[in-house]
Amino acid sequence: MKEVIKAIGNVFISMPKGLFVTFKHLFIKPVTLDYPKQKNPMSPRYRGKHYLERYDDGTERCVCCGLCAAACPADAIYMEPDETEKGERCAKVYEINLLRCIFCGFCEEACPEEAIFLGQEYEFSAGDRDSFIWTKEEMLVQHPRKDNPLKRVIRRVRKVYGVTDKVK
Amino acid sequence: MSIQKTMTINMGPQHPSTHGVLRVVVELDGETVVKARPVVGYLHTGIEKTMESKLYYKALPCTDRMDYLAPMSNNLGFCLAVEKLMDIEVPEKVKWARVCLAELTRVNSHLVWLGTHALDLGAMSMLLYAFRERELIIDIYEACGGQRMMTSYIRVGGLAHELPKDFEKKVRKMIKVIRERLNDYETLLTNNEIFIQRTRGVALLSAEDAINLSLSGPLLRGSGVARDLRKDNPYSGYENFDFDVAVSNSCDAYGRYLLRIEEIRQSLRICEQAIDGMPEGPYRAHVPGVVLPPKEDIMYKMESMIFHFKIITEGFKAPTGSVYQAIESPKGELGFFITGDGTTQPRRVRVRPPSFINLAALPKMCEGGLFSDVVCAIGSIDIVWEKLTDDVV
Ligand code: SF4
Ligand code: SF4
Repeated sequence: MKEVIKAIGNVFISMPKGLFVTFKHLFIKPVTLDYPKQKNPMSPRYRGKHYLERYDDGTERCVCCGLCAAACPADAIYMEPDETEKGERCAKVYEINLLRCIFCGFCEEACPEEAIFLGQEYEFSAGDRDSFIWTKEEMLVQHPRKDNPLKRVIRRVRKVYGVTDKVK
Repeated sequence: MSIQKTMTINMGPQHPSTHGVLRVVVELDGETVVKARPVVGYLHTGIEKTMESKLYYKALPCTDRMDYLAPMSNNLGFCLAVEKLMDIEVPEKVKWARVCLAELTRVNSHLVWLGTHALDLGAMSMLLYAFRERELIIDIYEACGGQRMMTSYIRVGGLAHELPKDFEKKVRKMIKVIRERLNDYETLLTNNEIFIQRTRGVALLSAEDAINLSLSGPLLRGSGVARDLRKDNPYSGYENFDFDVAVSNSCDAYGRYLLRIEEIRQSLRICEQAIDGMPEGPYRAHVPGVVLPPKEDIMYKMESMIFHFKIITEGFKAPTGSVYQAIESPKGELGFFITGDGTTQPRRVRVRPPSFINLAALPKMCEGGLFSDVVCAIGSIDIVWEKLTDDVV
């Protein structure tokens, strides 16, 4: 008998209470976004599409040392070295296979030149497999850019790695 | 000629309530389950073998993928095992941060469990609310490690980066919001007669069976056995925290629901303590040649640069020997057994997957019950498939 009374109580008192919780949400601002039009900003450390940095005179930072390829757990990076006219090492071919990449960010952590970074972009679906092989040209940032790239890089490194003291 | 009294029905592997690719062969007499046999192996990830073929630090991202709902717990388990093997002592702050992150993971995993379990039993709005709150935790992950699910944030010897500046603020906000919303969930489910009818007295599992099947986690505590590795065998500084182990004596799915809600509350308590008492210090142990030096050092210090190159290209050598380190993951005891052979790769990595072992309870839970309660039993086990089928083949 006690069970029955309790069950009746549940049906007539507790369940309307529950319904009231859902009803309340009719008047609460929805948490969802109208996605393609509105976007949530990603956090500064977000690991999205890779990009290759340049020095402020426009030369590429990457020296094709191969550390990123060595650190990559998915073996997604392929590179071939070359030399510039000035006799500096640079990458002739630098490709990332996005279909293998797991966006772990190890390449970013390994790079001693602060050349490769994982950016904020996450919308890169494509219809064919070839377009997932990103070449150096696609990943290098635009050369004449508005903000000072070197400063930007240091700022980013500071932000990402929590460096507080002044970089010498 | 004998007439067959029972009927065999195949449930899954593509069934929405099996949370992945579980196939259950159910033998029915009318609507009563006579026999239930889970068939696993539809999803083989081969994570253990993959980890054995990688350097120690590169094996870490694999652990994220073993349980997509609890990436930080898996990272923690693996890192603790490797640290034990290498005999590395991590700074105090790292321990506290790890505890905080592991408890966030528990809340995350239990929220998703709550949402999907309620959805299986017909309560749709619960799923939406649970995922809404989970977003807060996912945001913290994103701020820490840079990714929302596959964080790879806890590393051997410490953390990948310093904790973000607004970590404390975010965690405090999350604790406040989830505490409040838990009351909402309880209003929705705890006294809901439909939910009670679907879960009370369903999927029964006695303590004796639970121990004999070597179950762990909420499933074991749901049968009245107060075993929690955080208390019984503290790791990563859990002995400094004050919390209760939630136990339920009702042995049914309803008890497990109440228990998990209570666990979320306790986890929030631990998070709060971790945030309050977080000591200052470095975020990585200083072990040259094993733990990466801080990124800014490699630009200015030759030594750090050399170690950086060496660790990245060759990895670090682990001594010969075997270690077993178990942690209390949201789903139960997650153990890593690692054998090192003096090289830079593990010789053997064996994972004790809680989901797989807990699944062994499914026949015991279902047999004698109704067919529709199979769904409830599967839900109350809380399975994640990547972790589960890793070891089948
Ligand atoms: S993010 Fe990870 S998987 Fe992707 S290229 Fe870099 S190191 Fe390789
Ligand atoms: S991106 Fe960095 S790590 Fe990779 S080859 Fe270039 S300089 Fe070396």
